[in-house]
Amino acid sequence: MTDLSTIRSRRETRDRWLLLTPALVILTLAAMGPLLIVVIYSFLTPGDYGGVEWQFSWTSWFNVVAERDFFTEELKLADAHLTVLWRSVKLSLLTVILSFLVGFPTAYFIATRPAHKRDMWMLLIMIPFWTNLLIRTFAIMQLIRNHGTINMILLGLGIVDEPVQMLYTEFSLLVGMTYVYLPLMILPVYASMERLDFNLVEAGYDLYATRFQVLRRVIFPLVKPGVVAGSILVFVPCLGAYVTPRVLGGGKQLMLGNLIDLQFGQLRNWPLGAALSLTLLAVVMVALVFYVRAIGREGESDV
Amino acid sequence: MIEIEGITKTFGEGASAFTALDDVSITIQSNEFFTLLGPSGCGKTTLLRTIAGFLDPTRGKLALDGEDLLSRPPYQRPVNTVFQSYALFPHMTVAENIAFGLEMLKKPKAQIKATVDEMLDLVQMAPMADRKTARISGGQQQRVALARALAPRPKVLLLDEPLSALDFKLRKEMQLELKRLQHETGITFVFVTHDQEEALTMSDRIAVMNLGTIRQIGGPRDIYDHPAERFVADFIGDTNFLQAELLDTTGEAARIRLGSGAETTARAAPGGPGAGGQVTVAVRPEHAAITGAGGALLPGTLQEVVYFGTDTHYHVDLDCGGRFVVRVQNQPGHMQPREVGARVGIDFAAGIGQVLKD
Repeated sequence: MTDLSTIRSRRETRDRWLLLTPALVILTLAAMGPLLIVVIYSFLTPGDYGGVEWQFSWTSWFNVVAERDFFTEELKLADAHLTVLWRSVKLSLLTVILSFLVGFPTAYFIATRPAHKRDMWMLLIMIPFWTNLLIRTFAIMQLIRNHGTINMILLGLGIVDEPVQMLYTEFSLLVGMTYVYLPLMILPVYASMERLDFNLVEAGYDLYATRFQVLRRVIFPLVKPGVVAGSILVFVPCLGAYVTPRVLGGGKQLMLGNLIDLQFGQLRNWPLGAALSLTLLAVVMVALVFYVRAIGREGESDV
Repeated sequence: MIEIEGITKTFGEGASAFTALDDVSITIQSNEFFTLLGPSGCGKTTLLRTIAGFLDPTRGKLALDGEDLLSRPPYQRPVNTVFQSYALFPHMTVAENIAFGLEMLKKPKAQIKATVDEMLDLVQMAPMADRKTARISGGQQQRVALARALAPRPKVLLLDEPLSALDFKLRKEMQLELKRLQHETGITFVFVTHDQEEALTMSDRIAVMNLGTIRQIGGPRDIYDHPAERFVADFIGDTNFLQAELLDTTGEAARIRLGSGAETTARAAPGGPGAGGQVTVAVRPEHAAITGAGGALLPGTLQEVVYFGTDTHYHVDLDCGGRFVVRVQNQPGHMQPREVGARVGIDFAAGIGQVLKD
């Protein structure tokens, strides 16, 4: 008996690995492989015309945060890189906050519609999301450029005397990224809002809670998992955003994605590009760990 | 005292409009255990939600102790609800749920703690105070919902079929418990149910509702023994309906001639016709007796005998048409075996039958 069951369990283990093989192969080749190449490249010396030379060097990692003055050889912080890094993190956080402020009421609105109308509203939210990213970004540009729709209206109404400079500022990046990633906030928030038992809202009112207190003490805690998921979904692509800052920032408001592109492209410093990519990855991982911890604690007390 | 005056609630507009409440007027006394009883869709929950403030009536007045309630949002009404689904906050513990209302009323911390402890004791949930509400049983959730609604000491407690999710035994226990709590707290209870037995057991007064209107208001005994109309007689308990001729009425006594030709007296329908014409008379199965065919009010043939443990039901096909059910309590040693197909008679005392309005 014992022998038989040991053999069976061994066979089961073997079968399991066999079934997992295709997934493991794909993961290794498609995810681990390229990542490994990036890690290796970040420790090599840049080639003169792009590419790398197979010579070990710490320089690119060093250059992520610091640089040596060209003339005096004096060591100082790489202001340019840190500015871009800070701007990326700052704008991504602001985008998360802004899309929460817009997305939460929107999700609430949709979740409180009659069931047969909710799909229509969600479709309206999703349609722009299916449109090409570049087109959506140019549409925003059309709205906020100096001779764009908003400025024309403001000028026409005599509210301002000359166009307000909105394009090529951090403001334009914020507007653009919020617009682009808003559905990623609305979807998970709506999903948890739809599952919300609206009897609980009535129970809140019944127990003397005002509208705001019901929102803060009843609705928000219950849809928090959706808000956290939405925040991650918005934060991560924002941090690596490339098209939006490129178009709406006009080369002045670089974000990490643009900086990495610059290293692999015009500046032909592949190792530095690789090191910057990994820095981006690290920031994302830190943010994720932070979030997962936050939910985990919440989850434990829930049980 | 709750004064409900001419409350009408219409949902939708035009051809698809649906009147959930049609000119409903009730006065509920303070300290009363008042039950709204009716089949689903009769408007009882709509009326309850109107009192709570979750619905605005299309027309009508609603006052509590002389103060208008309709102008106030639900969170400013001294009225709390025990929801059918309990609606306990899943992200809070039992104690936090009970404290919620008090916190919203901005009571001092010490007082909140004292009241929560008192409520936990009242519903015997003190050992579970720090559990999340998802981790306690249905009966316990029911108690917590009750404690949460009672903690702010409302003037009125509204209960929306709070026992319907419990199993039979727990339900019986909770019925007594609710009655005890109402007695101890002295709060007016407005209880909604479709279960006539529950209504009869617990209520001081019952309002029977159908299709958005009040059909009859009265004490449980009143409603059961003297239903005013066919719907009430049919909805509450089992009833035999007999066609009879109304001869004359003296005060509460109506002289009737049954289909068999026998004459007896029954209780007159309040506001019904005085004399002449056909009426329907309701007789409860346990108020009639089964005898020999000779000399009985209604002779007939025994068609079926159904044994129910506590009692036996005799189904009799009457000679004058129709079927009559007699319920006889089973007492050891007093069993009279009767054969199906035997000639039997049905007797009931004068004044037992109730003439119905319709």
